[in-house]
Amino acid sequence: MAPAQQDTAVHTGRIARTFIYVVLLVFALFYLLPFFVMLVNSLKPLSEITDGNMMALPRAWTLEPWRQAWSSAQIGVQPTGLKPYFVNSLLMVVPAVAITTVLGALNGYVLTKWTFPGHRIIFGLLLFTCFIPFQIVLIPMATVLGKLGLAGSIPGLILVHCVYGIGFSTLYYRNYYAAFPTELVRAAMIDGAGFFRIFFRIMLPVSGPITVVSVIWLFTNIWNDFLFGASFGGQSQPMTVALNNLVQSSTGVKEYNVHFAGAILAALPTLVVYIVAGRYFVRGLMAGSVKG
Amino acid sequence: MRNTFGKTTAMAAVLAATTGMAQAEDVEVLHWWTSGGEAAALSVLKQNLETEEIGWIDMPVAGGGGEAAMTTLRARVTSGDAPTAVQMLGFDIQDWAAEGVLGNLNDVAEAEGWDAVVPEALQAFSKYDGNWVAAPVNVHSSNWVWANKAVLDELGIEEPKTWEEFVAALQAAKDAGKTGLAHGGQPWQEATIFDGVVLSVGGPEFYRAALIDLDAEALGGEQMVEAFNRMGTLRSFVDDNFSGRDWNLASAMVINGDAAFQIMGDWAKGEFVNAGKVPGEDFLCFRVPGSDGAVSFLSDQFAMFAQGDDAAKEAQAKMASAIMSPEFQIAFNTVKGSVPSRTDVDASPFDSCAQKGMEQLAAASESGSLVGSMGHGHANRAAVKNAMYDVITAHFNGEFTAEEAADELVNAVEAAQ
Amino acid sequence: MAQAAREPDFRTRLQEWIPKLVLSPSVAAMVVFVYGFIAFTVYLSFSDSRMLPSYDLVGFGNYAKLWGLSAWWTAIVNLGIFASLYIVTCTAIGLVLAIFLDQKIRGEGMLRPIYLYPMALSFIVTGTAWKWIMDPGIGIENSMHLWGWTSFEFDWIKDRNMAIYTVVIAAVWQTSGFVMAMFLAGLRGIDNEILKAAQIDGASSWSLYRRIVIPLLRPAFLSAFVILAHLAVKSYDLIVALTGGGPGRATELPATFMYSYTFTRNSMGIGAASAVIMLMTIAAIMTPYLYAELKEKT
Repeated sequence: MAPAQQDTAVHTGRIARTFIYVVLLVFALFYLLPFFVMLVNSLKPLSEITDGNMMALPRAWTLEPWRQAWSSAQIGVQPTGLKPYFVNSLLMVVPAVAITTVLGALNGYVLTKWTFPGHRIIFGLLLFTCFIPFQIVLIPMATVLGKLGLAGSIPGLILVHCVYGIGFSTLYYRNYYAAFPTELVRAAMIDGAGFFRIFFRIMLPVSGPITVVSVIWLFTNIWNDFLFGASFGGQSQPMTVALNNLVQSSTGVKEYNVHFAGAILAALPTLVVYIVAGRYFVRGLMAGSVKG
Repeated sequence: MRNTFGKTTAMAAVLAATTGMAQAEDVEVLHWWTSGGEAAALSVLKQNLETEEIGWIDMPVAGGGGEAAMTTLRARVTSGDAPTAVQMLGFDIQDWAAEGVLGNLNDVAEAEGWDAVVPEALQAFSKYDGNWVAAPVNVHSSNWVWANKAVLDELGIEEPKTWEEFVAALQAAKDAGKTGLAHGGQPWQEATIFDGVVLSVGGPEFYRAALIDLDAEALGGEQMVEAFNRMGTLRSFVDDNFSGRDWNLASAMVINGDAAFQIMGDWAKGEFVNAGKVPGEDFLCFRVPGSDGAVSFLSDQFAMFAQGDDAAKEAQAKMASAIMSPEFQIAFNTVKGSVPSRTDVDASPFDSCAQKGMEQLAAASESGSLVGSMGHGHANRAAVKNAMYDVITAHFNGEFTAEEAADELVNAVEAAQ
Repeated sequence: MAQAAREPDFRTRLQEWIPKLVLSPSVAAMVVFVYGFIAFTVYLSFSDSRMLPSYDLVGFGNYAKLWGLSAWWTAIVNLGIFASLYIVTCTAIGLVLAIFLDQKIRGEGMLRPIYLYPMALSFIVTGTAWKWIMDPGIGIENSMHLWGWTSFEFDWIKDRNMAIYTVVIAAVWQTSGFVMAMFLAGLRGIDNEILKAAQIDGASSWSLYRRIVIPLLRPAFLSAFVILAHLAVKSYDLIVALTGGGPGRATELPATFMYSYTFTRNSMGIGAASAVIMLMTIAAIMTPYLYAELKEKT
């Protein structure tokens, strides 16, 4: 556990430590409760849910709901399950995150190491982008996408997510690079290194931690987006829209176990990203993004 | 010069060919029928079209009784990429037609004689400026009561004929420890009940004056206060856990015998049938007591959006024709719980509740007591409908007294106009 | 670049232009897709748009109507309650958890992802799960009853006066872990020598944190506040999935109000007016932060 190397310096007594552990565990339970409920109920047959205890473990364990949610649940008129939508989401998320991260890194680099008059205003305006409510851009965005011929397509969705993700990635990289000694960049410039050479040789090698933060943030936001997906997805709707179609179906018997299995499936990629990269997340935040 | 010209024509030909291929034989359908039964019924339509070599591109967007789908639609229309056909209710069709974005189905309507077989009340929504713009799929009605027969037998209750009998029956169920009225607390469900209650208070004349013509005297008058009083009475027979409950869970309460009655449109029947219940034997269907003879209807329609090239228009016309075919009408409506949107369909494949519905629809249409459902956008435009929702829901949740609610209804409607 | 190398003068000039060229796509996108669209919305708020955008101006009519609607006032009051509770609770929980986790806890590697994972879920998932858990009929209340604690009552989600607090619970659940991570990062960034020195001087743990650590966390507090405040103003999906704005209209927030007026009630003008008010609120929160952000660094 790397962070523990740091000595907290504060010494605590036995009672205080017990108290701390109790509080931490109680909160762990609070955070785990919804996931536990979803998981347990996704492994039960429907009858056990409708007249049983939500918190109880399944009496008859079954993976059938998972199979159904993935490959045979009715989504629209086709019993395709969530599988094809999963692919749509991946096709959308990967390029969008890649493009946005690269642009964010370059922007951050320019705004800290190649400053010019007015760079602060530009950064301020970019930052405000992160905070606008997305509903207001829906109608004008639709017009623009239509004009560009990108309406109802994955490239259109990628464009939308890039546009509204750049603010975040620029913020992260800018704050991170701001802490990086400018003298090193100056020295390289005097040695004759150009813009891109400095970026690739000097900035990029140290950008690991903040890239993790940026990628996690963008990946989760874009993967979980519903509004843009439903409005601009056209025939390539992402996973969230399909999940909503599954869960909100207007009539018929509600198959809660399938819904919960589908919900976990929809959340799986982001969960994996958090669990795999989560340990770097705090380190990445520490490395600069929070020093605002 | 010649070379360039050659290239341009070649390009144009390729373009024409590709766009032709992409659109000529496909219809893109935006809808929110995503649950098992409805989707299965819709896939009948899909297969019918496929036999005519028309491809079906599915665009389901579920949620909020079509609210999410309408947002999607707006984005699609603004981007100049409208789907071929969109599931739509009532005044929404008229609103979209007024924006000038709908197509024209007159040719196919004339060829197949729609004017003669589609009830006039429906035509009021499927036609704009005298032109057919939408193909009606079905007719639902909202003033139905669903009852568990075993529960009624156990309590010794007959099918209630009047409002007073209905209240007594609810009371009997409550006394026996059951939930009198199964209900889900969502604004549209309360508005659905309100349809039936207003009809039970003042019949179709009052309903029309208040909810369709928006006459301020009717909206704020004695009869409206009485309607809200009745809503309050119904509220007292609903269990405490009703808020936010989906309507089909409320139906399940009746099916399982936990509750005696539910006031809901005839789509509720699907839930009973799916649970293996037989109409007339296991459950009863009757009009909201006091509203007999009147029918508050709603009709799911496919609004047809204007298409660019002729091939797309042809595919669209074929789709409209397939929707109106008696085979599809029977196949779809037997599953959905509704009745066909044309009057010349054989009633024998339908169950007793649907037959009753078809009969009453024809009779009400004849006698002029067929009114558009307020709760489902067939009485007024969306702004007014939602303003009414606000008041009905607020009253049902205890924010207003009946008198205040009637006053507030007048204000809200005025503000929304 | 290879060509440029032959002509030093041109190269220097190119070097000057490259940073601006690199920045330009982002700036262009921002001008069109953010500020252009905001201008468009402002315009719409003065127009008589109903179903689709219309360009006939009606002055301040939409704003007058907006402030006359009781639903809008409900949404504003709800936002006040929700935002203040949400921000305070998240910050408090995040800070406490971060400080506790920083005490060389065994199993920190296990606990941290548990606290953080809700952030990974979409609001659709969160809302659905919490709706279930808080539903008295099938959720916790029912479970407690089945386990024999029959007097247990938890029916806030069905109660007009309490429902807004269930939204707070679900929202806190979702983001407090993230706030914890921000504070933890802040704590780990504090120089330990300062703390050691203070402890040698005999400061108790409590006063150590109160006097030294928490003031040093100021930047983290500020970031947390900005992130939480804008999330609160933007809250939309959670309401839709959790309560649908109910019971009645008791949990309507400005974002749901704006959405329903624009897209389901065909009153785009009023919807746009409410969006402009929301934007102004966000701008009022953001501007001081941005100002500080920009002043601080070169």
